[in-house]
Formats: sequence, C-alpha cells, structure tokens
Amino acid sequence: MFGCLRRRWSRRRSGSLDREKTSGAGYSRVVHCNNPEIQEDDRPLYPLNAVSTTKYTIANFLPKSLFEQFRRVANLFFLVVACVSFSPLAPYRAVSILLPLVVVVGATMAKEAVEDWRRKKQDIEVNNRKVMVYDGSHAFYQTEWKKLSVGDIVRVEKDQFFPADLVLLSSSHDDGICYVETMNLDGETNLKTKQCLQVTTMLCSDHSFQKFKALIKCEDPNENLYSFVGTMHHEGTQYPLSPQQILLRDSKLRNTQHIYGLVIFSGHDTKVMQNAMDPPSKRSKIEKRMDKIIYILFTSLVVLSSTGSIFFGIQTKQDISDGKFKRWYLRPDKSSVLFDPKGASLAAFCHFLTGLMLFGCFIPISLYISIEIVKVLQSTFINNDQEMYCEESDKPARARTSNLNEELGQVNTILSDKTGTLTCNLMQFVKCSIAGVAYGSGLTAVEPGLGGLKQYCTFEIEGPSHSLAVSRRTVKSFEIDDPSHSPAVSRKTVKGFNLRDDRLMDGHWVNEPNLDFIQKFFHTLAICHTVVPVIGNKSSEIYYEAESPDEAAFVVAAREIGFEFYERTQTSISLHEFDPKIGRDVDRSYTLLNMLHFSSARKRMSVIVRDEEEQLLLFCKGADSAIFENLADDGRLFELETKRHIDEYSEAGLRTLAVAYRKLSEEEYKTWHAEFLMASNAVTADRDEMLDAAAEKIEKDFILLGATAVEDKLQTGVPECINKLAQAGIKIWVLTGDKLETAVKIGFACNLLRKGMRQIVVTLDTPDMNALEKQGRREAFEKASYESIARQLNEAHSQVTVSKEISIPFALIIDGKSLGFALSRNLENLFLDLAIRCASVICCRTSPKQKAMVTRLVKGGTRKTTLAIGDGANDVGMLQEADIGVGISGVEGMQAVMSSDFAIAQFRFLERLLLVHGHWCYRRIAAMICYFFYKNITFGFTLFCFEAYASFSGEPAYNDWYIAFYNVAFTSLPVIALGVFDKDVSSRTCLKFPLLHQDGVQNIFFSWTRIIRWMLNGICSSIIIYFLSTSSILIQAFRHDGKPAGLAELGVTMYTCVICTVNLQMALYLSYFTWIQHLFIWGSILFWFIFLVIYGFFPPAISTTAYLVFIETCYQNPFYWLTALFTVISALLPYFVYSTLQANIFPKYHDIVKRMPSTSSP
Amino acid sequence: MEMEPGSSSGSSGGSQPHSVPSRRSRAFYRFTQQNLPACKPALTPGLVIITFLLLGIICVPVGLVCLHASRSVVEIVDRYDIECIPEQYQSNKVSYIKDSMISKDCKRDLKVQSHMKAPIYIYYELENYYQNHRRYVKSRSDKQLLHGLKYRDTSLCKPQETSNGLPIVPCGLIAWSLFNDTYSFVRGTTAMNISRKNIAWKSDQDHKYGKHVYPFNSQNGSFIGGGKLDPNTPLSDQEDLIVWMRTAALPKFRKLYGRIKEDLNAGEVITVHLVNNYNTYSFGGKKKLVFTTSSWLGGKNDFLGLAYAATGFSFILVAILFALIHVKNPRPHGDAILSSWNRKTSAR
Repeated sequence: MFGCLRRRWSRRRSGSLDREKTSGAGYSRVVHCNNPEIQEDDRPLYPLNAVSTTKYTIANFLPKSLFEQFRRVANLFFLVVACVSFSPLAPYRAVSILLPLVVVVGATMAKEAVEDWRRKKQDIEVNNRKVMVYDGSHAFYQTEWKKLSVGDIVRVEKDQFFPADLVLLSSSHDDGICYVETMNLDGETNLKTKQCLQVTTMLCSDHSFQKFKALIKCEDPNENLYSFVGTMHHEGTQYPLSPQQILLRDSKLRNTQHIYGLVIFSGHDTKVMQNAMDPPSKRSKIEKRMDKIIYILFTSLVVLSSTGSIFFGIQTKQDISDGKFKRWYLRPDKSSVLFDPKGASLAAFCHFLTGLMLFGCFIPISLYISIEIVKVLQSTFINNDQEMYCEESDKPARARTSNLNEELGQVNTILSDKTGTLTCNLMQFVKCSIAGVAYGSGLTAVEPGLGGLKQYCTFEIEGPSHSLAVSRRTVKSFEIDDPSHSPAVSRKTVKGFNLRDDRLMDGHWVNEPNLDFIQKFFHTLAICHTVVPVIGNKSSEIYYEAESPDEAAFVVAAREIGFEFYERTQTSISLHEFDPKIGRDVDRSYTLLNMLHFSSARKRMSVIVRDEEEQLLLFCKGADSAIFENLADDGRLFELETKRHIDEYSEAGLRTLAVAYRKLSEEEYKTWHAEFLMASNAVTADRDEMLDAAAEKIEKDFILLGATAVEDKLQTGVPECINKLAQAGIKIWVLTGDKLETAVKIGFACNLLRKGMRQIVVTLDTPDMNALEKQGRREAFEKASYESIARQLNEAHSQVTVSKEISIPFALIIDGKSLGFALSRNLENLFLDLAIRCASVICCRTSPKQKAMVTRLVKGGTRKTTLAIGDGANDVGMLQEADIGVGISGVEGMQAVMSSDFAIAQFRFLERLLLVHGHWCYRRIAAMICYFFYKNITFGFTLFCFEAYASFSGEPAYNDWYIAFYNVAFTSLPVIALGVFDKDVSSRTCLKFPLLHQDGVQNIFFSWTRIIRWMLNGICSSIIIYFLSTSSILIQAFRHDGKPAGLAELGVTMYTCVICTVNLQMALYLSYFTWIQHLFIWGSILFWFIFLVIYGFFPPAISTTAYLVFIETCYQNPFYWLTALFTVISALLPYFVYSTLQANIFPKYHDIVKRMPSTSSP
Repeated sequence: MEMEPGSSSGSSGGSQPHSVPSRRSRAFYRFTQQNLPACKPALTPGLVIITFLLLGIICVPVGLVCLHASRSVVEIVDRYDIECIPEQYQSNKVSYIKDSMISKDCKRDLKVQSHMKAPIYIYYELENYYQNHRRYVKSRSDKQLLHGLKYRDTSLCKPQETSNGLPIVPCGLIAWSLFNDTYSFVRGTTAMNISRKNIAWKSDQDHKYGKHVYPFNSQNGSFIGGGKLDPNTPLSDQEDLIVWMRTAALPKFRKLYGRIKEDLNAGEVITVHLVNNYNTYSFGGKKKLVFTTSSWLGGKNDFLGLAYAATGFSFILVAILFALIHVKNPRPHGDAILSSWNRKTSAR
C-alpha cells in the first residue's frame, strides 16, 4: 500500500538530494531536521500527523457504503429487482420490493455510520491532543498533534503519549535514558528503556536546538514494531539508529520528566498505524453453508419462475387460435408485449422476469442484517458473562469478532499452547544446579495424574525433605506490580522465588565448596538480563520490570541469595552484593559493554561487562543445547551432572536454562567489537542476521556454571476443564516448546494423559540417531531420521487400528524434530490419521511455525472446526491459522489477544465458552437460519400456488404492502429473539452433559437433512394454507349477507394464515419463553392486525384492495376467523406431529437431556 | 491469580456465580447471564396427549356446528349456458353469441326442492374465467373511477383507455367486459320482486366510485365487450359494475345479482327469463344461475365443517394412540446416558 504512496511522494522529490547512500528499495526515507536551507519544495513530502481510522468520510459515505451493501448477492438481486419493478414487468408496485430493501440496507448503513462515527470522535480527540513543538528558532510552542510534520522536534512530558514515531534525542536523565510503556502497542505493561545516541545527549534544554541540525535516513514505513534500521547524519558523522532510539506513537513516557524527540514517521506512516490492519476475517462454517442454501433458493426461484412462464406462455399462445380469441376479455388482439399471444415466447420470457420478482420473497432479504444484529448481541452476552470474568485480573471474556460465535459450538479439536495457557506463566525459581551440585528441594504442582481430579497433590522429586515445604503449597501468588508488597514481611511470600535450601539461603552459600562458581552463577542471573529496576514510591524497595516472567524470577532469585540488582544505566549495572573476601555487603558496579539480546535462532542471551577489577567477562544464559554445544574444553567439568540435573528438572515439569560464562581478553574483545559495531551500523534488512552472526563469534568456549529450574504452575481448574472438554468429545492437542519429559509431566498434571492410556512416543532422541547425528553427515542423518519416523508412525498406526476394538484411548507424543519430518508431504497424512485416532496429542519442542503448520494440517485434514488457544507472540500464527483463535489475556502481553477472535482471562473459561456459549450460539444461529428459510418459503410458495390458479399471469395474491412488510415487520423480531435469547438447556445442564457439544461437532442442527426438512415444512405449510383457505372460501357467500369473497378477501385470509403460522411455528419451536419472546411473537401477530386496520383507512388509491377490508369484511365475520384458525392449526400440524414423534419415540441425545428430571428445575 | 486448588469444583464447572457487583440490579444480572425467568415448554407425552385431546374436543363441535350451518343452506344451481342455445347453433355457439341479430332470450324453470327462507340470494356463477389474470386485474383506474374525466392519466387502463380518440369512463378491461346477462323471475304467474340494491360492498360504493362520475363513451368501439352502462346513472349507483369490478380470486366465482325478499316453498317452480348475452363460449366457460339462502356462516360449503370435524376426530384418535404407545412403551429414561460419554463421536 505504501508503495504507491511512496511513488506519489517521490515524484515531488527533487533529484538534488544525495540518495546514493540509502541502500535500495525500502530504505528511502530522508528526514531533515532544522535545516532551513533546504527549500520546502525540495523536502520529501510526507503526510501530516493527522490520522483517520474511519472507513468512510462524509463525502464518500453514501457511495462507498452503498457499494459495500450491494456487494452481497442477495442485496444486489433485490436492487436489480427494485429497478425493474418500476417497469410494467413488475407484478406489484415498486414499494413491495423497495421498502424492505431500503429498510434492510438503511439499517445496515446506519450501523456502519454509527460505528464509523465512534471512530471519528476518537480520531478527533487524538488529533487534537496537545504537544510542544520547536518553532525552528528558539522556543517551543504548543500545538495539536495533527499539525506535526516529519522533521519537527517535540518535547514530550512525563505520562504523555508520543504523538508520532520519534527518534529519541535526549531526555531529562543525564545518560539519555527514558522509560516507555507500550501498553497500547503490544499490551505489555512493563517499562522498557530507550536510550538516545551519545551525540545528542547534551541537547537537554529548549535552547540547545538552535545549532542542532541532522539528517536521518531510514527505512520506509512498515508495521514491524520491533525493528528499525536507520542512520543519523550529524555534523559530518554517521551514527546508526536502532529500535533502542525509537519512541513509537501511542506508547507512553514513564518515570522520566521529559524527552526531546525528532518526528520521523507521522500520521499513517507510524508503526502503530501501519499495524492497525484488520485481522483476516474468518467466516463460520454455518455461514458458508448458508450461502450455499441461498444459492439453492436462487435456483428454486429460477425453477419456479421458469415453470410459471412455460405454463404462462402456453396459455397465452392459446388465447388466439385460428384467428379466434379465446379469452376475449383480455383483448388478445390489442395486447402489449408482455401478454401478446402472437409473441408468446417473448411474453414468456418477460414473464420469467416478473416471476423472479414475484417469487423474490424466497430470498430472505433481511437474513444478513438479522444475523449481524443477533451475533453482536450474542457477543455482548459473552462479554458480559460474569462467570467468564476473572476477578483477579479484572478481565472479562471478550468476543473480538462476532463472526464466529456459532463456530464455538462446533469445535472438534483444540490446539493449545502450554506456557501461560495451561500454566499461569508466573515463574518461580525453585531449583538450581551449580557446579554439578543440585540445590533446592521444592515441590512442584505437577500432579501425577493418578490421583483424583480435585487433588492437587504434591510430591517431592529429590533432595532432603522439609516439612515446612508443604505449607508453601498454600502460598498465593500476588500481583506483579503490587507496590504494597514488602519482601521484608516474610520470605515465604517472595514472588517468583521458591528455592529452599539451607546451603544457599541466608548467606550460607559462602560455606559451600564451589564458592566461586556459585558467585559467578548468581552474577550471571543478576547481570545477564534486560530487567529494569523501579524504585517503589513508598519505600526504597525495588520492583523489577521484566520482559518475561522468567527473567524476573532470575533477578529475584539472585536478590534473595544476596546479589541485589538495583540500578541500570546505559553503561552500567549495579549490584549490592556480599563479598566473601571482605565479608560484608558492598555496592559493585559493572560496566556494561555489550548486550547480545536473545534471539530465537541462538536461543540464548549474553552480556559483556567489565568488572571493577577491569576483567572482561561474558555472562550467558540460554537453552541447554545452545550452551552445551559451545563449551570450552575446560568448561565441561560438570557437564554430565548438570545434564542429569536438567533431565530431572524437566521430568518434574520445570523449565530449565543453562548458565555459563567466559573470560575475554582485551584483544579478543577489541577485534570482535569492531566487527560487531559494523554489523550494528548496517542499514539493511539482514542486520539482525549479521548481529546474530557476530554474536556467535564471541559466544563460544563457555565455562559451564550450572542450570536453573523455574516452575510454572498450572492455572486453576485446568485439569477439570480439560477433563470436561475431553468428555465433550473434543480432541486436545498441546503444542509446547518444552522438552518431551516436561510435556509428558504436564500432560499428566492437566489430565490430558490419563492412567490407562497407551502412550505412543515418536522421537528421534534415540542413541542410534544421536550417534548418527554426531557423525555429522547431514544427508545420511536426515534420511535415517525420515525412515525412522516413517517406521514409528506406521507401527503406531497399526497398533492403534488393531486395538480399536478394545477401545483403549491412545496418546501420541511427538517431539519437534520428528514433527518436522512427520509434517513433510509424504508422512503428513499418515501422521494426521494416526493423530486423530488418538485421544490426546502432545507435540513438544515445537517452533511457532510448526504450531501453525500443525494447525493447518488438522484444519485441512479433518475438515472440522479447530480452535487454537494461546497467550504469547509465538502463538499468533497458530491463532490466525485456526478456525477460531482464542487468546489468553494473561501475563505475556497482548499480541496473542490482538490476533485472536476471542479473548479470555484463563484457560478454564474455555469450558464455559465452548460448552455453554458455543452450544447456545450454534443452536440459535442454526435454528434462526433454518427458520428464516422456512418462513420465506412458506410465504413465497403460497404465491406460487395462487399463480397456478391465475393462469400463471403473475398476479400476486396479496396487496403490495403486505408483501413489503413481511420480512421487515411481521416476522423480523421473533426470529431475532430466537437468535439472541433461545436456549434449549440451562448453562448448568450444558456443563453437566458435555456430550451435548457433539450436536455441534456433528452439525446436527444444521445438517442438510435438517435444512431440507425445514424447507419441506415450509412447502407443506404453504400448500396447506393455500388449499385449506381456498377450499373454505371457494365460491359461496363469505358472509351472512350473501356477499362472496373476492381477491381482496382471499388475500387477507391467506396472509393472516401465513403470519400466524410462521409466528406460531416459532412459538412451537422455542423451548424457552421469557417475556421478550412472548412480546415479540404475540406482538408480531397483533401488529399485523393493527397494520391491516390502519392501512385500511388510507385512501383507496394507496390501499387499493386493502381498503377497509378488515373492518368491513373480516373482523365481524366468523367464517374468516374459523377459516384462519383451522388453516393455522393444520399448517402447524406436520411439524408438531413430526417433532413429537421424534422427541418421544426416537429421541435424540439432546431431547433426552432436555427432559431429564434434574434439568427441568430452573 | 487464584492458585488454591479446587476453587472450581469439577462437577459444576465453576458455575457458582461470582459475587454480583452491587451496582447491578438483580434483574439486569439475570438478563446478562441469560437467566431470565422463563417458561420452558417441552413436548412431554403428557403435554402432547393433552394438546391433541384438547384440540380434538374443540374442533369436533366446531366442525359439527359449521357443518350444520352449511347444511341448513338451501341452494339451487342451474347451468344454462348450453341449454340456452338453440339446437341449430349448438355446434357453433360462438357465432350465435356474437350475432347481435339473434334474440338471446331464454326461459328456464327452476324447481324449489325445499323451503327457502328469505332473504334468498341470486348469483351468477362463472367458471374458467380468469378475473385474476394480471393483465385483467391491472386494467383499471381507481382514480378515474373516483374523479371521472377530470383524471386524465388512464395509461393503466390499456388497452381499453380510449375509443375513437376519446377517453372511456370507466376505462379498462374489467369495466369493458362487464357481465351483461339479465334475469327476471316469475313465480307462478306474478313477476317476482328482486332487490338489486346493496349488492356491492358499502366502502366500494362510497369511496371508490364517484357520485358525480357518469359513464362516457363506453362500449363505443368496434369490438363490444360486455354490458353497456347507463350514461345517466353515476358510477356509485351502478352496483352491477361495482360488484363486477371487485375481481374474483379464482377462475370459478360467483357474483351477487340480487335478493329476493320472500320465502320460497318446496315444490314451487320459478320461471327464469334470461337474456343470454355474455360470451363464455369462446373460452369454454360455464354460466350458472344460483338461488341460495345463507346462514350465519355464509353460503353452502361443507368443507370447513367437515374438515374441522374430521381433524378433530383424528386428533382424538392420535391422542388415544399416543397414550397407548406411552403406556405400553414408556420413553427411555435418561439415567443411562449420564455415564455414556463414550458415545461414538466419530459418527457424523
């Protein structure tokens, strides 16, 4: 999109600018700051900072929204019909078709307009926010956000939002640091530090900008929040710019008095606006099927019309035979084209068009808008459900899209993330292994899966037993940002720390033999991180703002042992620590030389510091594989023990990291640093890879220190929820990045793996394979791996198929490497076939991409609804790929939530979301659509029946306005009430009988047979209505005074029957009557009579056949009422008999549940 | 986050409501939780049996009453369109009816089968006549009927809007094809008095047809359709026209011709002198003359009564059948399904 914008700007750009240094496409932005010499015309033209998130403007609202409306086939059809209805082709006046169309389109447009107006108001508010801008000469003045332009220098005060994407020039902190909160961007509440370039640090007052001139070249606007590539040219020198200097619009300045910044992206170029794309819209299966049904209705419309026109053509042709007129009263000699017997085929064709209009009632024009209204209201119910409201985090459930409500009731497979989804993502440091010695005797919440569900029984894994440990199980976690918490109150309640070992605690570590290693170990934990310490406002105590809960846990652990991290500046990290040599606490400052951030490719992060003894140290922590591969020969002292400990930890369901360090010599550092600088100065897209490569060069020859083990507890109610979902017949797949052992443990803990299940483990982690891998012959290894996986899958498959009769549930556990092969084209189907035969599937060590691939495989392979649930950025692909994405609005930021369709606070709410809301919504929408077709067929087919008795001439049986009001007035509200309020069983019953969910999975309520049955019901009803009312009225006197009934009276009678039948049919179908349903159903019927009376009083030129028809001919006429009563009863009879027989003699599961004595009580 | 185990018990799945915020009223809470008080009808066998029984008990008597009303109506129907054509024209009825030179007079004798109480209604009945044909129905101008020549736009009336360059009042096919057979009745030797007034709907007469609108230029074309109107009677008084203009719904219909305000006794013979003007022969229609009394339910039509009675009986039968099935084979109770969550889930 911005490609074309750029083209527009570049046309205006003068060629005098030196563009040779910008490295190619995508990096063409040039920002001049304070450079009056460059003429206005020479400056590249970038948009102002005003934003507009509205879909329409006042000028284009009408055409654009009309265009949107008439993209729908049904609406377009009705528009064409409406246009044609002004011609003599029309069987009735244009109003019949125009009125419903105008109402439906108008309602939808009004909805759009209201939504857009809300956005507009928000835009106005944002655009008019105030900010201080440099006026180019000496001072700052206040202006509105919308007036900012690229190249402006702004001053942003504490707790203000940044008005545009800025380059940080300086801050009120001396070292040029500022803190930002990016809540609005990614939902993360922790503070992030940003730092300006060293050269601009001194621009710390309003006056210092007089001499400041700069030119910035950087990447073009893009949506990537976490990357930025650019350079600043200042006084002849070129400085690299990184995301570290970029302040993004909509994030907030915190803990800093003010900052100065240079606008580089404004308005819609800002990253946050670039990100504001609508997520790919998903459509539910029901709606897709609904489209098909609409096409069927179109087809039947065509069939009916053409049948009619064939008969019409034949009869018209016969009107003149041998020069004699048959039906002379039609004047066949003076006929128009439409009825000309001499051109019967043309007349028949015209009649076909008339027929399309006449039977247009087959197409439910108001279906789409009704469904939209219903779904929005359903979402409101989901959002307001108190039982899905998480009090602890004050977060309700949120339906971010209302498109998929009914899809919830059809979920067949759940693909779940583990961390943060099944677990709390509140990390506790429970164990560590230092220098081959295991510390910590904590207990894990991992449940053996053997005991009862409600027992969160704890067990010990190893180490000396401490009786006091048991009581710790009751320790509640507390809020991250809780400032009232004081660590001094009790050590037991330190969040994120649960290491119990007397050898380390209370300073006892100094007596341990491996003192030096212990010290280095905790130095790593205290230094190698990106945590920001924040001084609490009440006392001197310190909180840690961390990017991930793991990091916070490490820093807290280091503090608890005695290495308190208390200050971070741009160039240093300071600790209070106990020096065993001196024997007392000292403040030490480590000069921070380089930080090698975590990247998923390297799976580790490092820092390079210079300590007070001028020693260069590199501290590193990372995945065990990433560390063990790079150990120095003399650093492998405790490799075996540490590996064993790591295995033990992961078996206990703990998250492990390995910790290592190395000493650097000055020369080595210098050479490497130059290389690193070059990589970080690069202004190209592959800078990240270059940085990674540079980091790899120094991250080697580690000396192993040990390993950490962090516990992540299961969320409340997870096992129960999983159990319930399993009972509902939903297959649950867990896709986790954890190790196989950890995953299995968690699987048992959350009831995914149960006793009596047979486990199938597919892995490449066998001695043979490992040996083969070590040989390093890549091709051979891959071939062998492939064969091994194929063999394992085949074996498992036969095992599963053989024991199918015994019905032992199977569980499939597969690791990431194997998954890579299993997902290859040839094994894909075998893997899928095996996996869907297993009750539970656990995929471990999966990458985000694999998660999405598995999701796609399941979705495509089973053709059933998949739901993905996750909480982190790594789940985004999976959430978007699945039919439904559910985001957990937990600890790990909002990225998952932002790309999800539903957001819930905790996993356990999934149970209610699927089994209760899903069931209800599914049933409602399905019933609603079926009913819609029913009511339109009932109505439309009576017209056809009448046609057959009016020589197919296209005369409608009803007055024009009756037809006009049918869809929008007499039958619209009850069906909405059905869609919003109906429920077959209470929420308690839904949860008590989870199998009810299978109705949705097997699509019982919207199967073709059911749809066709409803359609047949409609045809039956309409035939009954037509024949009973015509046979009753027939030819004889209609009333006591001898007057027979004409077209007007028959029309009223039939229409009354139709209205009563369809509304009472609704009443018969409903199983849940609140006052709302009563009001709508009886109100609709009543409204028809009121309408009839009022309409009858209109002058005859308007009301034509309906003039006084009710008052004069019908309402005192017992014959009218008796006919209507009998007809309605008979028209409802087929459905009534069918449903009674079905419910009582061949009851389905839901019929039985509905009738259970225990559920009949409210 | 609450970490205490078992805070939501498995069986109820966390259905204990959280404490309701005090600001919300109880009713609103129930609304958002979709827990409004409601009645939940379920088709239990008991309810079904009672429904059917009740419907039957209501329908049967209603049906019998209707049937009685219909049966109390005495009706004489005489088809005369064939018989009123002289022998020599039987093979070519159309030329007979079109020949204005030949007298169309015809005499029919109707025998009264049983006593007929006044008022007796006289209808003419046409069959296979499509008054509901779209071309026919649309070919009228309501405004002209009300305002006469003042209203000039008569395009709706095509193809019968002008004749010889002058507008026609009333225009349109319906008025042009006005039924024009006439009847007079002799009872014994005295001519019977037929009331031809009040045969049209009052609202039509008062509001749809002008009191000062007189027929003009009607039936002056080369092709004469039906009856010619008296140019000196305003449209609102031309009740035959008004009756004819109220189009019938189906191809077989009756139109009211007049009333006899005296009783007719069984065995009496009524002589009908009719003028057989109207051409139904071209399209194979039928013409009938109908004498009938009326009941509170209108004319003679057994259908409604029979249908009510029959359906009512079948309702009662179904109720009994249902009761038998229910007693013999009570529906499966739901206890078994509680444990059966292993039900085949793979079945589509």
